[in-house]
Amino acid sequence: MRRNPVLTVLHRLAIGLYIAFALFPLYWLLKVSVTPNDLLYSEGVRMWPSRTSFEHYAFVIANSEFPRFFLNSFIVSGSTAVIVTLVAAVAGYALSRFAFRGKYWITALMLLTQMFPLVMLIAPMFKILSPLGLTNSLTGLIVVYTAFNVPFATFLMQSFFDGIPRDLEEAAMIDGATRFVAFRQIILPLTLPGIAATLGFVFTAAWSELLFALMLISGNAAATFPVGLLSFVSKFSVDFGQMMAAGILALIPAALFFLLIQRYLVQGLTAGAVKG
Amino acid sequence: MAAIDITSARKSYGSVDVLHGVDLAIGDGEFVVLVGPSGCGKSTLLRMIAGLEEITSGEIAIGGRRVNDLPPKDRDIAMVFQSYALYPHMTVAENMSYSLKLRRTPKERITAAITVAAAKLGLDQLTERRPKALSGGQRQRVAMGRAIVRNPKAFLFDEPLSNLDARLREQMRVEIKKLHKDLGATSIYVTHDQIEAMTLADRIVAMNGGVVQQVGSPLDLYDRPANLFVAGFIGSPAMNMIPAIYRLVDGTGVAAVAGGHHLPLAGPFSIPDGTAVVIGVRPEHVTVSPPGSGGLRTAVDLVEPTGFGSILHLGPFGQPVKAFTLDRALGRNGAAVDVTFDPAQLHVFTEADGRRMDPAA
Amino acid sequence: MTALVASRRRPFLQRLAQASEPWLYTAPALILIVAVMLVPLVLGVSYAFRDIKLLNPFSGGFVGLKHFEALATDQAFRTALVNTLWWTGASVLIQFVFGLILALLLNQPFRGRAVAQALCFLPWAVPSFLTGLDWAWLFNPVIGPLPHWFVALGLMETPQSILSDPDLAMWGPIAANVWWGIPFFAITLLAALQAIPKDLYEAAAIDGAGPIERFRSITLPFLAPTIAITILLRTVWISNFADLIVVMTNGGPADRTQIVASYIFTTAFRRLDFGYASAIALVLLVLLLTYSMLIVLLRQSFLKRG
Repeated sequence: MRRNPVLTVLHRLAIGLYIAFALFPLYWLLKVSVTPNDLLYSEGVRMWPSRTSFEHYAFVIANSEFPRFFLNSFIVSGSTAVIVTLVAAVAGYALSRFAFRGKYWITALMLLTQMFPLVMLIAPMFKILSPLGLTNSLTGLIVVYTAFNVPFATFLMQSFFDGIPRDLEEAAMIDGATRFVAFRQIILPLTLPGIAATLGFVFTAAWSELLFALMLISGNAAATFPVGLLSFVSKFSVDFGQMMAAGILALIPAALFFLLIQRYLVQGLTAGAVKG
Repeated sequence: MAAIDITSARKSYGSVDVLHGVDLAIGDGEFVVLVGPSGCGKSTLLRMIAGLEEITSGEIAIGGRRVNDLPPKDRDIAMVFQSYALYPHMTVAENMSYSLKLRRTPKERITAAITVAAAKLGLDQLTERRPKALSGGQRQRVAMGRAIVRNPKAFLFDEPLSNLDARLREQMRVEIKKLHKDLGATSIYVTHDQIEAMTLADRIVAMNGGVVQQVGSPLDLYDRPANLFVAGFIGSPAMNMIPAIYRLVDGTGVAAVAGGHHLPLAGPFSIPDGTAVVIGVRPEHVTVSPPGSGGLRTAVDLVEPTGFGSILHLGPFGQPVKAFTLDRALGRNGAAVDVTFDPAQLHVFTEADGRRMDPAA
Repeated sequence: MTALVASRRRPFLQRLAQASEPWLYTAPALILIVAVMLVPLVLGVSYAFRDIKLLNPFSGGFVGLKHFEALATDQAFRTALVNTLWWTGASVLIQFVFGLILALLLNQPFRGRAVAQALCFLPWAVPSFLTGLDWAWLFNPVIGPLPHWFVALGLMETPQSILSDPDLAMWGPIAANVWWGIPFFAITLLAALQAIPKDLYEAAAIDGAGPIERFRSITLPFLAPTIAITILLRTVWISNFADLIVVMTNGGPADRTQIVASYIFTTAFRRLDFGYASAIALVLLVLLLTYSMLIVLLRQSFLKRG
């Protein structure tokens, strides 16, 4: 169909405007993080400082506790992502491939967990974990985050498995494979993109989690990035340059995973939105 | 190679019966086609033989060994799927060798088997390609290749040609028949296409509603259909079905049809005078001749030329009847023709249960 | 004889193994969900009727409905309820409208669409705490440009943070939430748009329907189920979403941005009054369940009529 050129221009303009709106806050973060301290206030509202420096990054990496927060966050998010993906892959496979009596109830239970406010669990969770020695511990966070992310990840994996024809594993079983071998050699390689997407979703979710980390972690030893950054905000409330440098550093892993899963976003969220 | 014996095999999902007790003995090296409309249970039966569906009750034996509780991998059968089910992440050679690898066949033997199979199917140039880079016909061949490299006890085909276009389907049909001649393997082939069934089978098993309707050679089913279902399902264009009342006139049977006409039958039947029957007659057995040759006068409503001959839509005694004729001159819309029926070619079915009736000897 | 017994026993064991297989696969997920979500949930419900203060060793006794009686007269709770309505309603509505517009824009083919789409969706990848901090900084008159722009536009007399203005503070977290949440709506709606068969539009065009008519009679009906379910899910989700508020305003100034979820968090986290926090949480849960049921019922009666 031929399009009206005025409409085309308006369309591009609208897209451009939205991209500017989407990127500006991130751009500002970057801008302040590279502005030297002495220019921070005098050039506070300039679009780009007259001089740039990486002094904030250097300070954050060398002299602050951020490398530890970063490492803690990485351990927590990485472990959570791996465990959730394993658990969700197996459960999603069962929901996709077996017709069994409890399937309806399992699905209902998982949907329910998506509906109730997680903030409800903050107090009881603290009470349960504290005698187990799991407060102030990365393990405790991993356990909590894993459980929180399993339902959505299971729906996601289920939709990826649903996309792989049953014929393939039946053919493999006739070719002489057990169900498990068929899963490992035929289904799993074909689900790799889905597994990558699930890993990415869960990693990003765990990386971003704030409230439970605030509640369950006190002190810097086991602080994750959000906890560390927030305590940094209250301690050195004037040092904007360093905070924003730290913020940019916190953004990097999330943005990387976003690039990884970007391709599956539409597909994955549709599955999640329709089912979850 | 092996014989397959199926004894009162039933399948039900909950309270829904899909298969009502099937008995079937398939001889070693036989090519058996399961045919019927979709939902008739033919695919379910095939999948039960393969071990992909549980058997609710009854028994299936391959080569004399009961396999009810054997997983598919231990039944030593090969299967060609309608979707081909080629492994997308493997090359043609890897697809074909997967089963041999799982059986820990030595590498040289695998290579040899694949070379032979690829050559037989004309895939020699394609062994390093992925399924995505193949045409529909080539994929179909790979699926066949995957089955034949194994030298299994039996081949199962689940509508393997229905995703191909008409010309390719015809070509593959011939190749499957040739392969069966070469290998002599026991084969069970599921299709809803009665032409495939007719051309490929040593024996056809016609199924409907989870019940076997008739088992026999293709010509058996064509010439002596056991009931109305088989009569209507086998043959294209389909058999004409004319409702009638059986009458005994002067010691021989006639069919009284609409308009007060009587069609003489091949003899007396062992049914009471006045029984409601359905007379079946294949279009090629409706003899059409120019007006004045004798017979029922009727008009041609519609002509479907097939090139080889013509299908004429007629309306003798107010009933639509199709006739097949090689005489193109008769095939003109609105033309008057005379129609006769050879009593020996009229099939008689009772209306009550659709069973075939034969003349009392 | 033994062979006979074996052949009779194996099917039973096999059947047992077969029946338990799906349960085996789902067991880890189920155990996690039950142990880490359902057990605390039940425990939390019981806390609502008990006196549980973390720093008070004598607490823990059963207090019946005391927390709920306190709630009934708790002015802060009432403010939080109203604020929750504001926060949720404004966020969902604005996110939905702009998400739909963005999805429609991205559904048109153009050069560089893949890149544009990735950039438009990028905010969604930003961790929520960072989103909160980033927007707090943007609103900061010392370091951020927004107050100066407001002054230039004549909306403000002197550059100051709206986050410390009791009348405007709520718009700070809402702005951050909108920026962060538009992509979710856009992605979901875009997927739904792409699932509409193209020939429907062609058929409608041939039947003489203009662009507006096509949108009204094809696009909207096709999107309606997605819109309904996305709005339902997002409403519940956003009303529970306290991160931005905790990070940006901590409920202040003077509780003007306190929503129920952040009030629960503050009560548990700062006052360490777990009993009271659980009572508020229970009320929130009941409200949300009522809302969801209402929507589901409305939708069903709507479907029946249609």
